[in-house]
Amino acid sequence: MIEIRIHGRGGQGNVVAAYVLAATAFNDGRYCQAFPAFGAERRGAPVVAFVRISERPILRRSTVKQPHYLIIQDEHLLQDAKLCDGLRPGGGVLVNSTKSSDEVSELYGQPIIALPATTMALDIIGRAVPNVPLLSAFLALTEMLPHEALNKALAERFKGKVLDGNLELVRQAAAAMSSGLWKETTIARSA
Amino acid sequence: MLEALEGSQAIARAVTLCRPGVVAAYPITPQTHIVENISKLVADGRLNTELVSVESEFSAASVVLGAAVAGSRAYTASSSQGIMLMAEVLYNISGLRVPMVMTCANRAVGAPLNIWNDQQDSMAVRDSGWIQLYAADNQEAVDSTIQAYRISEATELPVMVCMDGFVLTHTLEPVDIPDAAVVDEYLPDYTFSRTLDSADPISLGTLVGPDHFSEIRHSHHQAMIRSQEVIVDADNEWAKRVDRTCGGLLTVEGPADAKTAILAIGSAVGTLREAMEVYPQRRKVKLIKLRCFRPFPHEALREACEGLTDLVVLERAFSPGAGAIIGTEIRASLVARGGRQPKVHSFAIGLGGRDIPLETLPRVMEAIKEPSDEDFAIFDVELDKLPAEDR
Repeated sequence: MIEIRIHGRGGQGNVVAAYVLAATAFNDGRYCQAFPAFGAERRGAPVVAFVRISERPILRRSTVKQPHYLIIQDEHLLQDAKLCDGLRPGGGVLVNSTKSSDEVSELYGQPIIALPATTMALDIIGRAVPNVPLLSAFLALTEMLPHEALNKALAERFKGKVLDGNLELVRQAAAAMSSGLWKETTIARSA
Repeated sequence: MLEALEGSQAIARAVTLCRPGVVAAYPITPQTHIVENISKLVADGRLNTELVSVESEFSAASVVLGAAVAGSRAYTASSSQGIMLMAEVLYNISGLRVPMVMTCANRAVGAPLNIWNDQQDSMAVRDSGWIQLYAADNQEAVDSTIQAYRISEATELPVMVCMDGFVLTHTLEPVDIPDAAVVDEYLPDYTFSRTLDSADPISLGTLVGPDHFSEIRHSHHQAMIRSQEVIVDADNEWAKRVDRTCGGLLTVEGPADAKTAILAIGSAVGTLREAMEVYPQRRKVKLIKLRCFRPFPHEALREACEGLTDLVVLERAFSPGAGAIIGTEIRASLVARGGRQPKVHSFAIGLGGRDIPLETLPRVMEAIKEPSDEDFAIFDVELDKLPAEDR
């Protein structure tokens, strides 16, 4: 089973990101579970959501304390030193940042992959919602699930221009990543 | 068809399959997405119902009561403080023996203000005379909702389907939404036996004096006790059609010769099931999943506890100043049977959204080794957060 924690701020589509990633796994024939840890529900407040993906039915419903992967929608949340607590050895951190991967890794003292997801989203759909490019990048890094399954999950949720823009974001974000970088960890943990 | 749905979306779809004539709900906190999703289904033309948005949960319950006695299949949903505000009408609905179904998306009751999951809300109305079924996962919540109408209409007792707030209502997971044709056949159209009709007037809810009050309460009690058969039958009949069960009144899993059992209710069951695989215990342990809390399944529980030396009851609510709710009822039930009884250890877990991790199982098993005069404790209390006199 792969466990993923998504950190963001209210308004960044954190819960939607978790649901879409789980639906992507479902579309590829996996078992999935996604849920938010609601706190004070307001724009800008730090929010967390959890995703589990497994080949077997998922029984546990506890929050994810030891994630294999972290997806962080706002780089500044990394200033909380505890944000990456529990990250499993060999696990990966993907962050939304205009800095390079080397720069953020240096800055926060651990290997981190960066993607300018907000910039991409503003360019293509005109809204500062970084969730879809981050999900696409995550799939590219892990090669855990095909991008077609993500596109299908997006088509179940969006239509028209919004869908077209998101599908373009999926293409561009996947192209920006070094595919398969996290693949070995994913294969080792997916059973 | 298997779909990846949020719990509240799945319940809206299940309610749609049951074809209610009237849905009434207070649409603001502490409401869930259930009625929001129902209103979308109505707007999309997928559900033909009279959807009434009201100004309070008291009104929501009153509207569905009126609708049901006027002959409609009716539905409402609430949680937490909303259940408290409904309480008076809940007693009216059950006391008048009016069939209907509601979802309680279980959440803590304030104060302190807390929006998260526990089961204090439905436990606070356990004596209201409603049947209460608790779902362990979203599939059970869907299936129980459909079964609930069949149970309610067969018994003229209202049914509250309880599902853990957030932990189930806001969790997206695969859920099979049954075919409409299957539900149509399982749950045919229904006519309330005492439908109010101006052409043939009767009165409902008249004053009942001391000369008949006890008898009517006795009948209500007997109807609740008899409904156990109907609840089991509704689950069996559903299983014949969809090849899965919600577990009737309760289910027992694990080694038959185990002398220790853990009893849980609601969504904690899944975590405990996995914990039993991840942390194999030195002594064998059974898991009892309690689905039906009202009526209280005395016989089924006594059978499930046969041969046990220790029973650990994990519940999501408690009675301040008294202790356990479910644990106390189980002990009373076992004492009434006489003979050798297991020691009952009761813990309140997961209060106000407190996480229930896998390690709960080994920690509980460790805790019951300590000899203690206390038969109840709130699990996981961090003593350093308390003033000295409360430690």
